[in-house]
Amino acid sequence: MAPAPSPAYSSVTLDVNGDKHTLTVDHRTTLLDALRERLDLTGTKKGCDQGQCGACTVLLDGHRAVACLQLAVAAEGRAITTVEGLADGERLHPAQQAFLDLDGYQCGYCTPGQICSAVAMIEEHAAGWPSAVTDDIRPEAGPPPLTADEIRERMSGNLCRCGAYVSIVRAVARAAAVRAESTPTTVSTRTERAPA
Amino acid sequence: MKEFAYQRAFDVPGALALLDAGSDARFLGGGTNLVDLMKAGVERPARLVDVRGLPLNRVEPTADGGLRIGATVTNSDLAAHPEVRRRYPALAQAVLAGASGQLRNMATVGGNLLQRTRCGYFTDVTRPCNKRVPGSGCPAVEGEHRNHAILGASGHCVAVHPSDMAVALTAFDAVVSYETADGPGELPLTEFYVPVGDTPHRETSLPRGALITGVILPPAPVAARSRYRKVRERASYAFAIGSVAAALDVEGGVVREARLALGAVASRPWRARAAERALTGARADGEAFAAAADAELAAANPLPRNAYKVALTRNLMVAVLTGLAEEAAR
Repeated sequence: MAPAPSPAYSSVTLDVNGDKHTLTVDHRTTLLDALRERLDLTGTKKGCDQGQCGACTVLLDGHRAVACLQLAVAAEGRAITTVEGLADGERLHPAQQAFLDLDGYQCGYCTPGQICSAVAMIEEHAAGWPSAVTDDIRPEAGPPPLTADEIRERMSGNLCRCGAYVSIVRAVARAAAVRAESTPTTVSTRTERAPA
Repeated sequence: MKEFAYQRAFDVPGALALLDAGSDARFLGGGTNLVDLMKAGVERPARLVDVRGLPLNRVEPTADGGLRIGATVTNSDLAAHPEVRRRYPALAQAVLAGASGQLRNMATVGGNLLQRTRCGYFTDVTRPCNKRVPGSGCPAVEGEHRNHAILGASGHCVAVHPSDMAVALTAFDAVVSYETADGPGELPLTEFYVPVGDTPHRETSLPRGALITGVILPPAPVAARSRYRKVRERASYAFAIGSVAAALDVEGGVVREARLALGAVASRPWRARAAERALTGARADGEAFAAAADAELAAANPLPRNAYKVALTRNLMVAVLTGLAEEAAR
């Protein structure tokens, strides 16, 4: 028997920053629009709305993704983390603090996406994921040092029209260093190559 | 965007049944290309069958020493997989050279194979395009074609295939496995993508209603020394203007086996068999590498504003082969 044709709307439960929200969405609704327009979580920004700028970066089950190409209906069952969910109460996430302390922005519009992206990127690196600029990608080689080149490549999905990249790279390196200090078991996360 | 129904599939038979249950349905994987094309009005499905949750998300060794990659494995997980990095490094490099960290986390292997060209006329519904609207014409032949095909094109379409991953898979003789309501099937990647001819809207030989379930990499000891190099107009996060996946087995300064595939030069990943033939048994030196590249590119037929790609691709092949030969000599 053929399944009944389904309508253009569904009731979905979205798990955002640990809170469950049940809402009826038009299937065309992206996660980005659901967050901003339905849940009033406007920290996630709409830039290009076509997956090219990274301003809408959120975490899905801890992995960074662009919310503009993620249909809200298809996000049911996943743990969604937005920039609003990074801080621990009044205490900012180390990545947020690093962007503040090191001026990792100018106008600030791309910043929530940069920070969400950085938080997940640092975990990807710690897990040993190579990048396109990693010289030796053999698993035996372990994670490469998180140099400025590695940070630039790994963060290339986040554009900054103000061109604050120099400070963004510093802030991401600081955030990675803070994480490495607080998790001493992690394999090498040096932010610079040792002097010759 | 047109309204559409959404259904989630939990197993392969369920996915096939849902797709078959009415007209104009598409499988939804990571959505990084399909959702974008739906926003642009290029794709206008009435239904989406979400296959992202299917139990096809593993990379597993095969009995003969190859790998089987599930269709819903994300691009990120594929590139990070230890056996891929160890045995088919050019594949990991190719995946890492594509898109951004965010998109690689979302995009699936099956979807990557089926992604559409980024030709500006294809994605602009106000313009003619034989791929989007058969018979409407191809403005790229006379228009903007700086990054279009130099090999295997026709007057009907000069667009290039955008995948990096598929270029490395092509070099390694990957086979696409699929399921249909009538049973499973397999297609070597070199037959999966069909020549443009006068049917540019028909890109693959995948049977109608089929679901890609995975990609099989046959054992290829030569692939352990392989490399993917991509040239683009900025350092990261851009489509290729030329790319090469190559593997080289050299002994005593002579090429025993070579694998070579080119990206961004044709409507499909381009297996450079003429170059491979020229290389086999040749001295592993720059002269032989240049001769092999020339043998492949003798068939090149560039457009007025993309002839640079012939020289670029030639130099890229020579550079990658030289690097691999130097590595072998160490």
